[in-house]
Amino acid sequence: MDSPGETRRYGRRTFLAVTAAGLSSLAWGKPVWQAFSHATQPLQDALLPPGLLPDGWRIYTVAASMPRFDPGTWRLQIDGLVEQPQSLTYDELRRLPRAEQVSTFHCVTGWSVKNVRWAGVRFRDLLAPARPLANGTVLSFVSAEKPYVDTLTLRQAELHDAMLAYEMDGAPLAREHGAPVRVVIPEMYGYKNVKWVERITVADAVESGYWEQRGYDVDAWVGRSNGF
Amino acid sequence: MASDPRYVRRFSRTERTLHWVHASAFFVLLASGLILYLPSLSELVGRRPFVKDVHFDTALAWLVAIALVVALGDRRGLRRTLAELDAFDEDDRLWLRRIDRPQGRFNAGQKVNAALTAAFALLFTVSGFLLWYGERDHRFRFASTILLHDGLMYVSLVLLVGHLYLALIYPATRHALRGMTTGSVRRDWALQHHRKWVDEDG
Ligand code: HEM
Ligand code: HEM
Repeated sequence: MDSPGETRRYGRRTFLAVTAAGLSSLAWGKPVWQAFSHATQPLQDALLPPGLLPDGWRIYTVAASMPRFDPGTWRLQIDGLVEQPQSLTYDELRRLPRAEQVSTFHCVTGWSVKNVRWAGVRFRDLLAPARPLANGTVLSFVSAEKPYVDTLTLRQAELHDAMLAYEMDGAPLAREHGAPVRVVIPEMYGYKNVKWVERITVADAVESGYWEQRGYDVDAWVGRSNGF
Repeated sequence: MASDPRYVRRFSRTERTLHWVHASAFFVLLASGLILYLPSLSELVGRRPFVKDVHFDTALAWLVAIALVVALGDRRGLRRTLAELDAFDEDDRLWLRRIDRPQGRFNAGQKVNAALTAAFALLFTVSGFLLWYGERDHRFRFASTILLHDGLMYVSLVLLVGHLYLALIYPATRHALRGMTTGSVRRDWALQHHRKWVDEDG
């Protein structure tokens, strides 16, 4: 070598080190990131103006555009195996007993949003006026975003923290989060948390939802389904 | 151009094509990726399945285009450039410690940037294909894949801002853009920024 001093192959070393760190992060990325963001949360709250960094949500949709909520014409239909089918206006829905909770939202693709504040109606309270028949054991949720559908068994829907939510983090549910109402069931991955719900049909058998027709598990328990 | 003594040849046609193919694909992937990532953009644009297809098909086109440029271009020249980017001499090591030393065709910062860009391209590809394939075969879905893909996006964005500042705005270095578009740069500029390279090449 005619260059002064010794040359070192830092180029390939940098390349290999970064590649190895990146590939191995597939094994340690999420736990390490969660610990780090938990530890630095007070610092983030103090230093960063709210809204500067994305809040962690990704908006997954299947249709060309998102449904738009019109309070004047919107109705929630409750039908199927019930004695008294219902057609609720938004105001009527808001007058049902209100429930609140703070829970974590998990998406099957790997991201989570911690400590989301929800307000809405428990399914037991929502369904009571319709008086489901004894053989009605399944709720089928039809979204205004066609052709999105999914189902929960009545037992799943009656978990203590499952609800039909109309508020998120203190404000009416935003359009991209499913305005005016969405399913919230924190024990299950996001695709069971149907957005833009416009109809709930009580049935006696579980049907495959939109993603389940595409290979995802029907019982989408967080951490215990879909290969996790 | 090559005959004009006031200019020196800096980047071959192959190198320039490679750079602009990479840069164009990167921008399309960044834009479509951000639409998938940022709720406000997702709402504005809609059509998520379509944007996803654009993102993925651009990734495929990018890999094919890079492979074609390498296969059809001046491979010997590329290998020489690769060797230059790999080797850090004493001056480079001092330069990285912010000591002003004469630099070769690429300064030490550019060499680090090139190594990072290459590693990120590989990691984007691996994590991107895992995101795509994991949706089809759940054994390949890992909770950390999307974190890696997003993290790469953030770090690349920081590098890109620095890169664009030096290439387009910072007065001392922005003459380099001429090298990446026409292939040659002013000799006096090159002497100032890459003296060992000009001295060697005469
Ligand atoms: C070979 C290269 C790449 C491939 C195969 C690839 C593939 C993918 C796939 C399959 C997704 C998931 C889409 C979904 O299911 O929602 C995705 C998301 C994304 N990609 Fe890429 N991608 C590549 C390169 C890039 C690059 C270069 C960037 C940015 C500079 C980028 C930024 C993003 C972002 C921001 C997302 C959204 C992730 C999220 O929702 O958190 N990608 N990519
Ligand atoms: C409009 C966008 C861009 C412009 C104007 C631009 C400009 C340039 C210029 C002028 C050079 C030559 C520097 C020299 O003379 O040594 C260069 C080199 C380079 N560019 Fe870009 N570039 C752009 C986008 C990108 C993108 C998106 C990437 C990668 C993601 C990239 C990666 C590189 C790399 C790796 C080099 C080799 C030198 C180094 O490592 O810094 N460029 N670019």
